[in-house]
Amino acid sequence: MYGWLWRKLPAPLGKRLLTAAVLAAIAAAVLWYAVFPLLEPAVTLDEVTVRR
Amino acid sequence: MTWRSPGNRISHEYPGRVRAILRSVGELSITAGVIMLLFCAYLLWGTSAYTQRQQLLLQQQLAEESATPAQPAADGKIPKISLGKAMALLRIPKLGRDYRYAVVEGVETDHLKKGPGHYPGTALPGQVGNFVVSGHRTTYSAPFNRIDELKRDDEIVVEAREARYTYRVTSQDIVEPNEIEIIAPVPGKPDISPIRSYITLSTCHPEYSAAQRLIVYGVLKETEERKV
Repeated sequence: MYGWLWRKLPAPLGKRLLTAAVLAAIAAAVLWYAVFPLLEPAVTLDEVTVRR
Repeated sequence: MTWRSPGNRISHEYPGRVRAILRSVGELSITAGVIMLLFCAYLLWGTSAYTQRQQLLLQQQLAEESATPAQPAADGKIPKISLGKAMALLRIPKLGRDYRYAVVEGVETDHLKKGPGHYPGTALPGQVGNFVVSGHRTTYSAPFNRIDELKRDDEIVVEAREARYTYRVTSQDIVEPNEIEIIAPVPGKPDISPIRSYITLSTCHPEYSAAQRLIVYGVLKETEERKV
């Protein structure tokens, strides 16, 4: 999977590394700002109130 | 050896395909692990960013309100605080000089994301009865992360619009999540009507768990009217 992706990236090593870093950053940002806020309410590790 | 013979070509290529599949499974598993770690980081630190932004707004709201004294409405009652709005400033000197949180009215998920929340219907700060506040312990800036450090006679200061109320801690307890008696006007004694002003703080226990609740009890020690 990652091998295939690596081979698709533009040729010189420096450019490849840079593109890979940018792609990883984009993936992380999408998770952090879009996906995690949607998942967060399902996690109840911090229930603080008492109720029946 | 005949492994190069045409009849055996499939079994020759097969290991390569298995290896490719196994590699992909491995890569996906590592990716999933990294994403889960990132999600944990988000829960612990990412959620705080929201709370801190909201706290800035709420504390600003409190500062503006305290500049103008509370005006009783036409019927003579002080208007009710609407849900999600700041109602007082909570300070706990033991937890640091800078420890201050605007207490939000309401204890639903959306309210508690903004900061510690006051149970609607329980006493207001300084009133006879029980002023009950819940706050997160690990996520959303974790305002009540260290309230387990509060010992007898430590001070909890609530700065409301009309006065500053200083409570002193009386005790600590760990209860089950359904023990709502602790929010009774006299904490833990729902059948008795109160003659004193209590404060009750609640958060989750143990840390990172929803199994129980940590409760800190206090009683009003001092009231200092705000000079207008």
